[in-house]
Amino acid sequence: MQIDDYNNAAVFSQFPVYGLNSAEKQAFLQQRLNWLTHHHATHCPEYARLLTCIGEVNSPMCNIEHIDQVPPVAARLFKDYGLKSIKDEEVFRLMRSSGTSGRQSQIYLDADSAKLQSQILVKTLQHWLGKQRRPMLIIDAKETMQNKNGMSARAAGLQGMSFFGRNHCYALDENMQLRIDEVKSFIEQYHNQQIFIFGFTFIVWQQFIQALQSLGLKFNLQQAILIHGGGWKKMQQQAVDDKTFKQQINAQLGDVSVHDYYGMVEQTGTIYMQCEHGHLHCPVWSDVVVRDINSLAQLKNGQQGLLQVNSALPTSYPGHSILTEDLAVIHGEDDCPCGRLGKYFTLHGRVPNSQVRGCSDTFS
Amino acid sequence: MTEINTDKLAEAFVSALAIDAAEVTDELAYSQHPKWDSTAHMVLVAEIEAAFDIMLDTDDIIDMSSFAKAKEIVAKY
Ligand SMILES: [Zn+2]
Repeated sequence: MQIDDYNNAAVFSQFPVYGLNSAEKQAFLQQRLNWLTHHHATHCPEYARLLTCIGEVNSPMCNIEHIDQVPPVAARLFKDYGLKSIKDEEVFRLMRSSGTSGRQSQIYLDADSAKLQSQILVKTLQHWLGKQRRPMLIIDAKETMQNKNGMSARAAGLQGMSFFGRNHCYALDENMQLRIDEVKSFIEQYHNQQIFIFGFTFIVWQQFIQALQSLGLKFNLQQAILIHGGGWKKMQQQAVDDKTFKQQINAQLGDVSVHDYYGMVEQTGTIYMQCEHGHLHCPVWSDVVVRDINSLAQLKNGQQGLLQVNSALPTSYPGHSILTEDLAVIHGEDDCPCGRLGKYFTLHGRVPNSQVRGCSDTFS
Repeated sequence: MTEINTDKLAEAFVSALAIDAAEVTDELAYSQHPKWDSTAHMVLVAEIEAAFDIMLDTDDIIDMSSFAKAKEIVAKY
């Protein structure tokens, strides 16, 4: 592997999704993340100011020796500032986070970064779904996709996933109620194929599984796969954990392997899929660090703290290293019983009141 | 590479993207034409699959970034 290759998307997008060990990944991401830090410091004035504020322009932070050292940007800064490293006329797509309260994150993509994100998302999901598209049951309403006012995170998620399906069936109507006849005839038609079901965790639970339960309807799917994401906050309010969720799905739908995923609009294209052992896995283009909530010092495996996500992808906005407001525990690297390489972790809710301290406080 | 029915492919583009037949040239590219966005892309995929009675895989969908590319991909099947 040549050093230049580490910064060539055409090369690194072909890396095996869970196939580089710690040392190989370090070699790749150190080069790439350093390049991205320089790139954004050069093209995004606010980001350069942030680095200056923490004293890091032309200092070791711009030229880190270990991938854990990249200076993260607090996720909320994408709500407060239009952070981008491209010219206005190069903006190809504006992505907004979902969320009913407060301001939304705004993520600016040019055509190249949108393309790279799609490629990496597809590559990652091909690992789980195969290359053949499957009959797809979407646990949402068609109307969700049709908001032309900038794409919501939910719509972007649905759209990204819909590439993996064919003969798409939307299980819910515009009022988010079960379209029972459509679902029945879809399952009747494709019951002996490997159906792909996708939806947001709470919507799958409340609008689909519970609706089927109240109707007393069960199906007997074969080798189906359900991918769901979007967080557990509302599930915890109903005291439903991962295990219960999976059990109820199998009871209602039959043979379905259920995989949670974690991802965010600030790093679209990077997706952390849950393996058979309940662990979220970093793909080769991404790495995570857990930090103490107060001191932001890096924590050890097994300790719970704030999750920092590093990604090789973002070139059009300075989002290659983000400090999230999510709590996580890293359980190990390269040694999950499922055999996939890279770090693996679990999530444990959000920081109360989302009061994350950090460099960003000096930002305004 | 087998010869494909370019007219049929062009029709699929016209219908899926709701554009004029004159706009369908080799240079027509995803993300460069305002009507060829990701939503239209899935409609286009379905249209091409129906027209040629083929099943594209996920690599094809990502690679199909221009009319010229689409011709290559359809010819594989
Ligand atoms: Zn695993």
